[in-house]
Amino acid sequence: MEIILSAAIGVLTASGVYLLLRPRTYQVIIGLSLLSYAVNLFIFSMGRLRVNAPPILEPGGVGDLSRYTDPVPQALVLTAIVIGFAMTALFLVVLLASRGFTGTDHVDGREQRSD
Amino acid sequence: MTDWLHHLIILPILIPLMVGAAMIPIDERNRMIKGVMGFVSTLVLFVLSMVLMRATASSEGFLAGTSVYQLGNWPAPFGIVLVLDRLSALMLCLTSGLALAAQVYSIARWHTAGHHFHSLFQLLIAGLNGAFLTGDLFNLFVFFEIMLAASYGLLLHGSGPLRVKAGLHYVAINLAASSLFLIGVSLIYGATGTLNMADLAIKLATISPENRQMVEVGAGILGVAFLVKAGMWPLSFWLPTAYSAATPPVAAVFAVLTKVGIYVILRLSLLVFGVNAGVSAGFGQTLLVAGGMLTIAFGAIGVLASQAMARLAAYSVLVSSGTLMAAIGLGHSSMIAGALFYLVSSTLTISAFFLLIELVERGRDAGADVLAVTMEAYGDADEDEEVDEAGAAIPGTMAVLGLCFCLCALLLAGLPPLSGFVAKFAILSGLFGLSGVEPVPALSAADWTYVTLLILSGLSAMIAMNRVGIRTFWASIENTVPRVFVIEIAPVVVLLGACIFLSLQAGPTMRYMQATADSLLNPSGYTERVLTAPRVGGQ
Repeated sequence: MEIILSAAIGVLTASGVYLLLRPRTYQVIIGLSLLSYAVNLFIFSMGRLRVNAPPILEPGGVGDLSRYTDPVPQALVLTAIVIGFAMTALFLVVLLASRGFTGTDHVDGREQRSD
Repeated sequence: MTDWLHHLIILPILIPLMVGAAMIPIDERNRMIKGVMGFVSTLVLFVLSMVLMRATASSEGFLAGTSVYQLGNWPAPFGIVLVLDRLSALMLCLTSGLALAAQVYSIARWHTAGHHFHSLFQLLIAGLNGAFLTGDLFNLFVFFEIMLAASYGLLLHGSGPLRVKAGLHYVAINLAASSLFLIGVSLIYGATGTLNMADLAIKLATISPENRQMVEVGAGILGVAFLVKAGMWPLSFWLPTAYSAATPPVAAVFAVLTKVGIYVILRLSLLVFGVNAGVSAGFGQTLLVAGGMLTIAFGAIGVLASQAMARLAAYSVLVSSGTLMAAIGLGHSSMIAGALFYLVSSTLTISAFFLLIELVERGRDAGADVLAVTMEAYGDADEDEEVDEAGAAIPGTMAVLGLCFCLCALLLAGLPPLSGFVAKFAILSGLFGLSGVEPVPALSAADWTYVTLLILSGLSAMIAMNRVGIRTFWASIENTVPRVFVIEIAPVVVLLGACIFLSLQAGPTMRYMQATADSLLNPSGYTERVLTAPRVGGQ
């Protein structure tokens, strides 16, 4: 499971960074989204990987650390998802405004000169 | 009795948040109501931050030194805390002062340029104040995002192709930096199991070597996120475009945004990687020194090369950031007080300058600056014009604007007698150990480079300001004299007046800065207060 998760984070980050450096605004926004997925998974993994371990105590259960997973990263990841989502939406608006003003989807607002 | 006084700590976050939210449903046609609400809110904040600063400065009594506010009434490592100490009180004061000036300025004209200006402005202040007050890394992230989200909206205020393009780059850069922020925070959490800054500082002293490595990697990544915000050299190319594209009141408040990055670096490097950190003490300082000095050099060259005044001001922001970064990185404890003084003085100056630029440029063509510099390069075109204007009176408005411009030039270049000079002098005297607080070891090559760069950056600011000033104020008065409202020039005068006040009251101010620096350099006081703060209501 560790290998799958780390590979997923790696692939998401690599594609995210690649797309972030591309010249089209749509590519940039997809790149940022992929990057934020990778970061969310990464935060999640920082609470260590546990299977079948709830993050909250059961009613009447004893507080035995070996039976529970760390709840803090899950709370953090939730916050990060919400904030990341809002920022992506905001970026989308800026992207559309830029498209409207310049008539191109190049990040610099004009096509590169072909030479 | 003093129970309710305790809640003063959270008010700098609550007031702008509530006021900002309350403004949203008000119709945009009633802009003046929003303006007045915003003005009252920033005024209250300013008074409040003054009260808080006075309280922290006193040696005993309520809120003296470092005080802790437990959100949700949970003790420190488990619950989120707000921490008010001298440094955060100082930053609160600076922020609310700038906000007040920019708020008044915006009411004259600029708030009509788009929607929801005042709400976004209040939310920006809430985010800034939160970032200065929080004692928790993840909470810092949340306040950072509040601040950034509001700043995206404010940068785009007024719209237009130039702002949208600058905004697009600004948003993209900051979203990427936020990802780095999260990676850094989660690495630190993964290694230490805590997000509380004070707890982190304690845990770092006794951490296992492999976890220490992970914390350092995390701190490095976290540092990059803050350095993007602060504008360290290779990470700062977005800054001049974004800052010069912003509307003047927005740019004036943005001047303190870079200082948030500086604040966090100062706070974390002295708290977490301070004297008690064991092997990790002084982590990342070399990089900070090198990066800071490159930033000064880049900024100074940018200042010289700028054709438009707004770009000149934006590059001055970089010079100011670089000076502070290198001063923090050099790590001479006696320099920190001077650096704090410089932080306040340079932020006030740059803010005033951003506000002034628009007033000066109002009566001129957009291309005049470019033309002026080009003319200088290719020889003057109007040299053979007749000079018969000896008796022409300077219009009153131009005289006031010119005087303010001169003050800005003196402050930016760091010439006596104003606070720009006092600040640089305090940094240098700390570096050379003139204050005699402690024996300073022989100066290294890095120290000398810093001294040289600091002085050269002043020179470049002087040259650039002279050039722009002559072209603007000594040019023949054919241009229409700009129409300036009193409430537009008043904030500039007040901000510059604050700099003059700082120069006159340099002694008491330096004592406050010295006390701040001392408490930063002895982080055990901070950690003890945070971790042993009792819950409200006993137990």
